[in-house]
Amino acid sequence: MEKRPRSFYVLASIFAIFLVFLYGPTITIAILSFQGPQGGLTFPMRGVSLHWFHDLFQQQAVGDIWGSFARSLVLGLMVMVTTVVVSVMGGLAFRKRFPGSGVIFYLIITSLVIPSILVSLGVGLIFSQTGLSVHWSTSGFGSQLTWTLPFGLLIMFAVFNRFDKSYEEAARDQGASAWQTIRYVVLPIIAPMLIGVALFGFTLSYDEFARTLLTAGSYNTLPLEIYGMTTNVTTPVIFALGTLTTVFSFIIIGVFLTVVVVMRKRQARLGSDAGQGMM
Amino acid sequence: MTDQTHLMPNAHAKSNAQTSRPTRSRAPFSLDRLPGAVTGWLLSLPLALVLAFFLVLPIIMIVIVSFWGATEFSIYPAFQFDNYEFLLTSPVTYQVFLNTIKYAVITWAITLVIGFTVAYFLAFHVRSLTWQIVLFLLCTIPFWTSNIIRMISWIPFLGRNGIANSALISMGVIDEPLEWLLFSDFSVILAFVHLYTLFMVVPIFNTMMRIDKSLIEAAYDNGATGFQTLTNVIIPLTKPGIMIGSIFVVTLVMGDFITVRFMSGSQKANVGRLISNDIALLQYPSAAATAVILLVTVLIVISVLLRFVDIRKEL
Repeated sequence: MEKRPRSFYVLASIFAIFLVFLYGPTITIAILSFQGPQGGLTFPMRGVSLHWFHDLFQQQAVGDIWGSFARSLVLGLMVMVTTVVVSVMGGLAFRKRFPGSGVIFYLIITSLVIPSILVSLGVGLIFSQTGLSVHWSTSGFGSQLTWTLPFGLLIMFAVFNRFDKSYEEAARDQGASAWQTIRYVVLPIIAPMLIGVALFGFTLSYDEFARTLLTAGSYNTLPLEIYGMTTNVTTPVIFALGTLTTVFSFIIIGVFLTVVVVMRKRQARLGSDAGQGMM
Repeated sequence: MTDQTHLMPNAHAKSNAQTSRPTRSRAPFSLDRLPGAVTGWLLSLPLALVLAFFLVLPIIMIVIVSFWGATEFSIYPAFQFDNYEFLLTSPVTYQVFLNTIKYAVITWAITLVIGFTVAYFLAFHVRSLTWQIVLFLLCTIPFWTSNIIRMISWIPFLGRNGIANSALISMGVIDEPLEWLLFSDFSVILAFVHLYTLFMVVPIFNTMMRIDKSLIEAAYDNGATGFQTLTNVIIPLTKPGIMIGSIFVVTLVMGDFITVRFMSGSQKANVGRLISNDIALLQYPSAAATAVILLVTVLIVISVLLRFVDIRKEL
C-alpha cells in the first residue's frame, strides 16, 4: 500500500474533531444524567447515582412520560409500515413515466422542503374548521407521513435506478406473473434497502416534533413531552430522559443495521449477487 | 431518466407472454393486463392520497385562512388583505426575514465547508469500503436520534458555568464567563450546524463516490497539483451533491422555529417563531399569512437551486 500523504492526517484529524462535535454533547448529558441527587445541569458531578433515572419512573408532577413513550412507539410503527408499503408502491410506479408522475414528483420534493410548521398549521386548521378533533393517530399520523414518505421514496427511486432489470426479465421469461415477479424476485433483492426505509420511517416519526405540534391533540407524543419539560424542568431528570430515549434510538438503529448486514450476508452465502452495487 | 429505453423490451416481452400463454390470464385480476398508465396510477394512489390530504389541502387551507379575520378568541371567514397589509407594512417582518436569511446563509456556509471536507476525506482518503461504510454510518447515526435532545445537550457546554466557560477560565484565556455562548446567535447557529451538517455530508459523499477515479488520476498524470485537481475536477463533479445538500440545509433552517426558540432562550426571532407566536395567540389568519410568505420565499430559493441540479438524474 502506498504511503499516505500528509493531507490524510490533516483531514483525519478534522474528521475526528467532527465526530467529537457530533457525539460530545450527547455523551456529556449521558454522564451528567448520573448526577447525585444534589447535582445541577452542568459539571461538577455531585456524586454519582441513579437518582434521576429513578425519578423518571415516579409519578411526575407534570406530564405523562411513559404514556407518551407508548404513543410514540405505536405511532412510529404505524408510520414505519405505511412508509415502507407506500414507498415501495411509489417506487414501482415511478419506474415508468405515467401521466401525472411529474406532478407527484414535484409534490414529493415540496413535501420535503416545506417548513414543518406549515404542515402542522394547515392540517390543524383543516381539522378544526371541519369539526374533526386532532389526534396523534389520525392527523398526527398523516402529518408525519409528509416527512417520512419523501425519504422513503427517494431511497426507493435510487434503488430502482440501480436495479438490474434482467432478473425480472428472466422471471417473466419463465412464466412468472407480474405479481409473482415482484413477490419472489424484486422484493427479496431489495429487502435490505427496505429495512433502511423502515429505519427512516420509524426514527423520523419517533423524533418528529414540529409536524406533530398542532396535530397530536391532547395526548402528547414523546418529543412534545420532552419539549414541554424543557420549559419547566430544571433538574438533570431531563438529561436522564434524553439519555434513555437516545439509548433506545441507538438500540433501534443497531437492530435495523444488524438485520441489513445479516440479510446481505445471507444473500451472499446463497450465491446471489443480485443486490450488489445498490448500497 | 433512462427508464423508458430500458422498459421498451419489457413491454414487448409482456405482450408476447400474454398472447403465447393465454392460460395465465385465468386470474380474475392481473397486473399484466393493465395498461402502463393505469398500473402507475394504482401504485401511486396511496402516495397521491397522502400528499393530497396532508400536503396540498393544508397549503390551500393556509392560503384561504390567510385572508380571514380574527377576533381575540376566534377566527371568521372573510376575504380581506388586512393580514398581508399588516405584515408587509411592519418593519418587524423585514427584520425577522432578514434574520432568518442571515441564519440560513451563515449555517449554509459553515455546513458546506465542514460537510465537503468530511465527505472528501471519506470518499478519497479512506481506502477500504468497509471503513467508508462504518465511518459514514458514524456520521449519519445522530440523524436518527432526537433533535430536541441534541439541542438540550448543549446546555452543559454553553451555560454561564458550563464546560466551555470553566475550561477557558482555567486556561486563563478569559477572566469572566462569556455571556454570549448560550442564548445568542452564536448558540443558535452552533445548534443548526450540529443538527444539519450531515444533510451536507450525505449527498456530497454520495456524488463523490460516483466520480470515476480515473479522472482524478488523469488530472495528476497531466501534472495537476492536488489543489488544482480539487478545484478543476472534484468540485465541479460534486456540484449536484452540493446543491442537494444546500437545498436541505437552507430549507431546514428557514423553516425552523424550535431551534431558534430553544437555543436563543426566546431572545432571537425568525419567521418560524413569528408563525408559532401567532399560533400560540390563536391568531391563525396572521400566522397563515406569514406562512404563505415564508413558503413563497422558500420555494423561490429552491427553484433557484434546482436550476443547478436535476434531482431525478442524481438518485
